[in-house]
Amino acid sequence: MIANIIVFPGSNCDRDIKVALEKFQIKCKMIWHQENELPKADLVVLPGGFSYGDYLRCGSMASKSVIMNEVIKHASTGAYVIGICNGFQILTETKLLPGALLRNYMLKFICRRINLIVKNNTTPFTNKYKNKAKIKIPIAHNEGNYYADEATLKKLEENEQIVFQYCDENYEINNNGNPNGSSLNIAGIVNKKQNILGMMPHPERCIENFLGEADGIPFFESLLK
Amino acid sequence: MIEVNKKIAENHGLTEDEYEKIIKIIGKKPNFTELGIFSAMWNEHCSYKSSKKWLKTLPTKNERVIQGPGENAGVIDIDDDDVAIFKIESHNHPSFIEPYQGAATGVGGILRDIFTMGARPVASLNSLRFGSADHPKTKYLLNGVVSGIAGYGNCIGVPTVGGEIEFDSCYNGNILVNAMNIGITKKNKVFYSIASGVGNPVIYVGSKTGRDGIHGASMASQEFDENTEAKKPTVQVGDPFSEKLLLEACLELMKTNAIVSIQDMGAAGLTSSSVEMASKGKVGIEINLDKVPCREKGMSPYEIMLSESQERMLIVLKEGREKDCEKIFNKWGLDFSVIGKLTNTNKLILISNNKVVCDLAISALSDQAPEYDRKWEKPITEKKIDFKTKIKNFQITELIEKIISHPNQTNKSWVWDQYDHMVMCDTINQPGGNASIIRVHDTNKAIAATVDCTPRYCKSSPFLGGMQAVCETYRNLCSVGATPIAITNCLNFGNPEKPEIMGQFVDVIKGISEACKKLNYPVISGNVSLYNETNGIGINPTPVIGGVGLIKNISQTSNHKFKEAGNLVYIIGDTIGHLGQSILCYDILNIKKGEPPPLELEKEIKNGKFIIEAIKQKLIQSSHDVSSGGIILSILEMCIPSKIGINLNIDKSGFQLIEYLFGEDQSRYAIEVKPENEAVLLKNMKNKGVSFKKIGKTINEKYIHINNKYKLNLNNLIELHNKWFKNYNK
Repeated sequence: MIANIIVFPGSNCDRDIKVALEKFQIKCKMIWHQENELPKADLVVLPGGFSYGDYLRCGSMASKSVIMNEVIKHASTGAYVIGICNGFQILTETKLLPGALLRNYMLKFICRRINLIVKNNTTPFTNKYKNKAKIKIPIAHNEGNYYADEATLKKLEENEQIVFQYCDENYEINNNGNPNGSSLNIAGIVNKKQNILGMMPHPERCIENFLGEADGIPFFESLLK
Repeated sequence: MIEVNKKIAENHGLTEDEYEKIIKIIGKKPNFTELGIFSAMWNEHCSYKSSKKWLKTLPTKNERVIQGPGENAGVIDIDDDDVAIFKIESHNHPSFIEPYQGAATGVGGILRDIFTMGARPVASLNSLRFGSADHPKTKYLLNGVVSGIAGYGNCIGVPTVGGEIEFDSCYNGNILVNAMNIGITKKNKVFYSIASGVGNPVIYVGSKTGRDGIHGASMASQEFDENTEAKKPTVQVGDPFSEKLLLEACLELMKTNAIVSIQDMGAAGLTSSSVEMASKGKVGIEINLDKVPCREKGMSPYEIMLSESQERMLIVLKEGREKDCEKIFNKWGLDFSVIGKLTNTNKLILISNNKVVCDLAISALSDQAPEYDRKWEKPITEKKIDFKTKIKNFQITELIEKIISHPNQTNKSWVWDQYDHMVMCDTINQPGGNASIIRVHDTNKAIAATVDCTPRYCKSSPFLGGMQAVCETYRNLCSVGATPIAITNCLNFGNPEKPEIMGQFVDVIKGISEACKKLNYPVISGNVSLYNETNGIGINPTPVIGGVGLIKNISQTSNHKFKEAGNLVYIIGDTIGHLGQSILCYDILNIKKGEPPPLELEKEIKNGKFIIEAIKQKLIQSSHDVSSGGIILSILEMCIPSKIGINLNIDKSGFQLIEYLFGEDQSRYAIEVKPENEAVLLKNMKNKGVSFKKIGKTINEKYIHINNKYKLNLNNLIELHNKWFKNYNK
């Protein structure tokens, strides 16, 4: 498998995701934001960070960058796209995924290992997780409060597009376990065709046991299936 | 141009003597630009004029030190041709005036010191001190500083892995914000700031120069009064996005072999960077100020030279490599400009509009800067006092509840949750432990880091306090299995013109020296922050020590969380029960008199080495240093994160039990031992002559039992421990 990792000025998880993908034998190319062509690949990753300083609005400037036209083309062929954290924000700004990511409701940056439930384990990104798996993955963001209107949320539910949901210590999906105020405790979603994933948690940060939980491993294994 | 006189010199923070010295050295009256440049170079912050004499006495060399103090940061060998580069720096004055930007640019400044030397920054730490929690400004300052550190560090993508935070009324008018950063690179890839090669081009890269931060360094060399608010324009404004670009562009340029030397523009901006580079290389430098990228038109030479705009670097390139450099900086969208060249005149020549606006000998600004042997008084160490009558009537359980919920001992995750402490995926021990552990990327080894100081000890006995600050970092590192290798220090004091303050400074330095020498734990970099006074009231002497240790194998580390019930708990080291200057007396009972605990460096070394060895041999399940708060606080900090209770059995009662549990005797550790490892461990302890005492056993119940007489519900303690920050910031 081959992945293109897009590097924006201000991306800061580009190396982390590369290290993780390579650990699972996925070959990576780093693509600078001003390139106007994407090498052939199975997967495009929009990494975490602060693209263009997150000025104006997170992900907004990146969504207008030259390379994003190519990413949109890549996605339209049904090939995989993953946006993590800032990448998720870029995907909503380009409308590849519905909704928007607002400031965390407490108006503070949050970096913490967090409890999640894998709501849909039939996507290409989650098929190695058990159904309704309870996992722990770190988040690190200031704008991860997922928002969409009622109709969109309903559609997301009906089409089983919700992939990850925040939950509490007992793995109940409630306000207690919602770190940022997201609608329906949404931590990650896919498009209807299930080839584009956006998620706030960072699976690349938990693939080694001695760094804490290694619940990110099945995520990368899913890609290889 | 404004005519210079004594009065104007005085407004620039120069004394009458200093002004006359300038005229004598340069043989003329300086013009306004030249005066500004002198004031920037001769202030306390840049010249170390009060502290230099004493700083020279610190031990700065050993077999691992590659670069000691005097460069942008210190460099230490961490084996396999790898080096760690680190330094701590203060941003106290600006953070009090404008907490968000002050703290943010503190982080930005220390990051630049590290990557200027060719290292990728891998970990940030900070040491924060605020006034008492109920002081009207504290909440605003706390929130501003923490979000400033978060805003800058998170954006640039370097994990903030640890730190300390303390509240004390002595900081009501002068908070302390000390930022530390550590970078890693290869031994043969270190860059220095010594300019060389007459004719080589001098390059300006990074952000444009604006009117912010003018006289920042001079402001940081003065006391505060009620007009402090008016000093806001002297505070710099940070842009972490530009710094991230600058970081990547510099590291990319460093791969090309085009750089002769490089220095960041920090305090006193273009002035200090150009003068320091030229001074170190014993060359002259000529700069055409019309070539300096400016944010606005019409900036005067004075403003350009004194601006402390952030995210800028000065580079001396090999002649002919300008185009390669320009290409890289263009790619990253940053300014690049050839602003001058090195000369053989040994002068700083500035040209503006085809006119020479400054013509000064480099040595006049640097080597000939004043150096003072300030008067100092030997501090009086406080005498032992009798606590018994004041304490004996308190209930032990009540004291425990008070200590665990005090703002200085409470759970501080409210703070570090705001810092990205995991980016770069090498953070092994997270904030909240004894020391943070960061893997050296792509290897099987790690470095550990911690920042520490106990200012109440330093106030009462500066010599012991200085020693203790060093030893506490030593202990923190040992307790995670790291061999301590070097320190950086940030010496925060009041007004050095007062003999009693200078006396504190001198004695603290003596204490640090003594400890560093014995522990083979040299000082490789540091920073001095004086004049931390408001309306004549100074802070407690606060020599913050940043300690770094080496872990050769990442599978041989430890943390402070109890692992399971049924294990034995031992204290390594002697417990006398010294209550003077303890948290119990100082923070809980408001008894601020008395001397701090004594310290024996031989024991410190012996006990530390024993712990490292026991961790290596996997004989202990968890380990924690015992210091502020005594045995009881260490034990609670081991119980709380794992929710494992303990049965404590101590052959003491009444006041003696309080002394035993809350006393802050030094050089101690608490360890958790599996029953099957006990025999081997006991044998080792006896062989090494380490003192030890079994104090209890971990249990399945969520209770802390003491001598079957007192019982505390662990869940209640956790709740008490967790609530302070949440309630405070409601």
